[in-house]
Amino acid sequence: MDPSWRPAATPRGLAARAATLRAIREFFAQRGVMEVETPLLGHAAVPDEATRPLGCGGMFLSTSPEPAMKRLLATGCGPIYQITRAFRDEELGSLHNPEFTMLEWYRPGWNWEALAREAVELMQTVLGPGPVHEFTYAQLFRNWAGVDAYNDPEARLAAMLEGPVPSGLDRWGLLDLLLVQRVEPVLRTLDGVVMVTRFPAERAAMAVIDPGPPPTARRFELYARGVELVNGYQELTDWQEQAARFEHANRRLEAEGRSPLPVDRNFLAALRAGLPECAGAALGVDRLVMLSVGATSLGEVLAFPFDRA
Amino acid sequence: MDMLNHNQLRQGTRVEIDDLPWIIVDAQFVKPGKGQAFTKIKIKNLIDGRVIERTFKSSENVVKADVVDKEMQYLYNDGEFMHFMDPANFEQSALDEKQVGDARFWLKEQETYLVTLWKNRAIAVLSPPFVNLIITKCDPGIKGDTVSGATKPATLETGAEVKVPLFVNEGDRIRVDTRNGQYVERAKD
Repeated sequence: MDPSWRPAATPRGLAARAATLRAIREFFAQRGVMEVETPLLGHAAVPDEATRPLGCGGMFLSTSPEPAMKRLLATGCGPIYQITRAFRDEELGSLHNPEFTMLEWYRPGWNWEALAREAVELMQTVLGPGPVHEFTYAQLFRNWAGVDAYNDPEARLAAMLEGPVPSGLDRWGLLDLLLVQRVEPVLRTLDGVVMVTRFPAERAAMAVIDPGPPPTARRFELYARGVELVNGYQELTDWQEQAARFEHANRRLEAEGRSPLPVDRNFLAALRAGLPECAGAALGVDRLVMLSVGATSLGEVLAFPFDRA
Repeated sequence: MDMLNHNQLRQGTRVEIDDLPWIIVDAQFVKPGKGQAFTKIKIKNLIDGRVIERTFKSSENVVKADVVDKEMQYLYNDGEFMHFMDPANFEQSALDEKQVGDARFWLKEQETYLVTLWKNRAIAVLSPPFVNLIITKCDPGIKGDTVSGATKPATLETGAEVKVPLFVNEGDRIRVDTRNGQYVERAKD
């Protein structure tokens, strides 16, 4: 008989998931951060070239609880967290599943550096203690790809790639591929946590941008064993800047022949009403569970990954 | 021309790249946070067996290889080429030793094999996973020794050499796993 009715995860993987969820809730309960829930099904989507939302009956499944949680923050609710599902179309691989579990949390009044330290503590609560290595985005490329991310000509970036270069990649696309080919294999060899800071403004999403030069985002990422686990920002609070970024992303979508996405008016109205200065982060719970049992593929810790869903 | 999107680039899918047919042996989806998504594939050339890697943007399409597997009957070996026939229309195809690959150890006249055709040209042969073949040469069997696990070499009617248990005799028909060239059991028929 076809065994695909059975869970893909091992009993150990399922137990580790339960233990990790418990540890996260305990971590935030001790720190007075309130758990919240926001809708999975919404009327708007976040225009973003890097993420494709899944449509559902004329509405959209949430790609991230970020806009809804910021609406709560704008009411002065204090620090909050959520463990929820996020849906992203066409993301399927050993480290991606179109439906996945995300932890998202916000700290009003904090800067991103303080939040990054808290995120490291949370990771260490689950994965155990270890060293923390810190690099800027530019350092990653200087150290391991042998390029100057901001100043080298694109032809030089392309020359450092293995094999034929896919056509139509701009500077940031070439750097994305160099990151995958040259940098992440080195990150896999480092113990403990790797913190990456100062991302280029073109990869800022909803983070505050420092003017530079070069302009960089107040954004951090945490890796463990080469796996990207946490992404955090000093959150953009300027509603006009946020509206302009959505507009820009929608124009890029159209340029690629895709449909623009309906912008979340309630989210922009909340920013206009006043989002407190805050830092926020998202953590891939499935990946954290995977690392906690020493697995290398999400399939080992998801009861029913996409091909069995 | 059939095109495949990045979600269809899976292990076992056959693609045409640089005007040559390949089979995907490994496919990985990669996407740095907030960045561009890529699919990295490891592909094996269906003609010469070499393995290379290619990376595609997730928005790129890849040509599906015009490849079909057809059941064909093995006819004979003329010393240079091995000849197969399509039993439906009696059309014949000839492949050299390199194209036939490991399947040449298991070729028996009149038996049916899967021949891979690329743009109607035969390029590879796949044996069935198990074949039954007669032992043409081996040392006499030791009666009753079915448990020691010891083996001896035996030559099969196709010329292939396999290791068999001591109790097996010349003239016996045995079942062989063509994927690893190992003896499975004495054939029941």
